[in-house]
Amino acid sequence: MTAPIDGQGNATAWSRGEVGTLLLILAETSFFAIFIVGYLFYIGKSLSGPYPADVLELPVVATICLLSSSVTVVVAVRALEADRRGAFLAGIFATVLLGGGFLAATALEWRKLIVDDGLMISTNLFGTTFYSLVGFHAAHVTVGLLLLALVGVLGVLGFVRKEHATRVDLLSWYWHFVDVVWIAVFTVVYVVGV
Amino acid sequence: MASIPLADTEPRRRFRSDVLHDWVTTVDHKKLGILYIASGIVFFVIGGLEATAMRIQLAVPENDFVSPEVFNRLFTMHGTTMVFLVGMPIITGFGNYLIPLMIGARDMAFPRLNAWGFWMFLFGGLLLYFSYLGSTGLYGAGSAPDVGWFAYTPLAGKAFSRGNATDYWILGIVVSGFGSLSGAVNMIATALTMRCEGMSLGRMPLFVWMMVIVSFMILVALPPLTAAQVMLLFDRFLGAHFFDTQAGGDAVLWQHFFWFFGHPEVYILMIPGFAYASEIIPVFSRKVIFGYSVMVGATVAIGFVSLSVWAHHMFAVGMGRGLNIWFATATMIVGIPTGMKLFNWLATMYGGRIRFRVPMLFCTAFLAQFLVAGLTGIMLAAVPFDWQVTDSYFVVAHFHFVLIGGLVCTIFGAIYYWFPKMSGRMLDERLGRWHFWLFVIGFNVTFLTMHGQGLLGMPRRIYTYPADRGWEIWNLVTSLGVVLQIAGVLFFVYAVIKALRSGEPAGDDPWDAWTLEWSTSSPPPDYNFDEAPVVRSRRPLWDLKHPDDPDWKYE
Ligand SMILES: [Cu+2]
Repeated sequence: MTAPIDGQGNATAWSRGEVGTLLLILAETSFFAIFIVGYLFYIGKSLSGPYPADVLELPVVATICLLSSSVTVVVAVRALEADRRGAFLAGIFATVLLGGGFLAATALEWRKLIVDDGLMISTNLFGTTFYSLVGFHAAHVTVGLLLLALVGVLGVLGFVRKEHATRVDLLSWYWHFVDVVWIAVFTVVYVVGV
Repeated sequence: MASIPLADTEPRRRFRSDVLHDWVTTVDHKKLGILYIASGIVFFVIGGLEATAMRIQLAVPENDFVSPEVFNRLFTMHGTTMVFLVGMPIITGFGNYLIPLMIGARDMAFPRLNAWGFWMFLFGGLLLYFSYLGSTGLYGAGSAPDVGWFAYTPLAGKAFSRGNATDYWILGIVVSGFGSLSGAVNMIATALTMRCEGMSLGRMPLFVWMMVIVSFMILVALPPLTAAQVMLLFDRFLGAHFFDTQAGGDAVLWQHFFWFFGHPEVYILMIPGFAYASEIIPVFSRKVIFGYSVMVGATVAIGFVSLSVWAHHMFAVGMGRGLNIWFATATMIVGIPTGMKLFNWLATMYGGRIRFRVPMLFCTAFLAQFLVAGLTGIMLAAVPFDWQVTDSYFVVAHFHFVLIGGLVCTIFGAIYYWFPKMSGRMLDERLGRWHFWLFVIGFNVTFLTMHGQGLLGMPRRIYTYPADRGWEIWNLVTSLGVVLQIAGVLFFVYAVIKALRSGEPAGDDPWDAWTLEWSTSSPPPDYNFDEAPVVRSRRPLWDLKHPDDPDWKYE
């Protein structure tokens, strides 16, 4: 990227990368909001089972994994800013592992729902709204995870240096956003919806 | 971008393949802006031909120019094309072209994202039109989409919409939407972070302000459409039940989701029209814009309020008294900031030395026509009146007054105004006047009349009608107006071709204007400005031209 030609005289507090990332998050929020509204709207309207209260269990492990990964990614960014390579790599890979743990927990949950409980997206309105909302969230986790893994691999190869800290920071913003969406999904699906 | 200074020293290559390569691989905001506008104009012609076919069919009762099935495809493709493939790219194109120039920057914030957005838009549009060939699908049914531009469920569900036509409608819009989304991200990031020295937010041209507000509206309102379309796709392909009433789903939920996008979309299309008018009217009235900060505030107000009025499209659904009153009131409230803008433009013209060149003619017509659109809009916001004319040609007339009388007229004005900057050539004034008068008279013949058959009860979307309803003369006149509009557009096309071949050179600043884009050459060099400009007021060029009486003394 070329250096911005802006700034003289009215330097803005935000870089264009920061503004762009925040706007992406705004659009994604608006996207998820519709799925959350859809979920809330259809709570208790399924004509046949299985119903949420019968089959859903609180995803404690998944939630712990994802929420703590927001901490590790901050550790990684701070370490990179301070040019501590070991701590940076440890933070990134811890984040990837925790994110992977979240996805694994989700996979196990879906396996139980599909195989044991017979809940498919086409079974009833609960299945329709559940798999759509949770699935889109998991897809976002997957994208974030791939990007974090890419940063990790490039870091091992020595391509990620201190001057890249701002960009890794932007990735961490996206990761925090995915985390916040999970808090909303958790509340709506596993607390309000059962 | 790094290689740009070399271009002046190299001998000029004139191979066609090189020119093509330049345009296909470009990340330059000016070329991408022109590509957006040019593709929008091509789709405008296609959408216009679809409308013409419908007007031929409806010109006389019991006509059989097209079959009912073809008619359904025509109005679906016409509406979808005009909103997503004409309005959206043209407003994104002008924003792309002008924002960096107006704020003294050398490109958009994310040039490659910009190029990606354009090509996503174009291929999304081509995907939609590919449905004419490819959508036969599994059931051997269908051709182009035929469920209307808002694709109401359950009609758009799998049971009633066989084949893949509706899937092309969904995917074409989702893919082309990425152009609008990336354009919106780019426009905001550019305006917020790349302004030249002295260009504070309070000195940004109103055009930039309004495009920033529109971009926020795109980011809030367009993803819900994508989400709803994904739900519909899940219903159609995975057997989900979002809008499936057989399984407890709610078809009206689709209407809520669609119009939560659909109403703000009207303002997403119209505010750029306000933006063009807010640049053109002051320059041709030789006065500064009246009420700069009120204009900004009114636009922000419109942005917020327009997010809470969507269900005025659904008064006939039976939402109940409370919701009807809420949405009727909110809708009428939008009229206040919009009315403030009309008064500001009039106050700008009042007492000015008005030069009625073609851009100003179009903007003046816009003021009158948009007033009519606003008045019928307030009529439609009154629930009992809406019940009488819902889904009739009165509604069709109303929103064509918004989108043609308002938006298309300001777009034509904007093209006449900025074409000299983009090409370095003037559009012929005499041809432009022919274009203006034929188009505006034709438009009013068609759409003023159309209120008539609407009040007489003619429903929209019928492919023909019996002769005994008293609608014949109205429909005939409506259709005849189309001839004048087409003649006007032909003058426009001829004027563009003539200007590109042998147009009179424009010079840097043909209109004696005040914003930064006119301070560089026409067309601007790839890097826009030799030196980053320094701004001290809202009219930097006025300050340059009148060092004895600069604006910054008074602002
Ligand atoms: Cu509306």
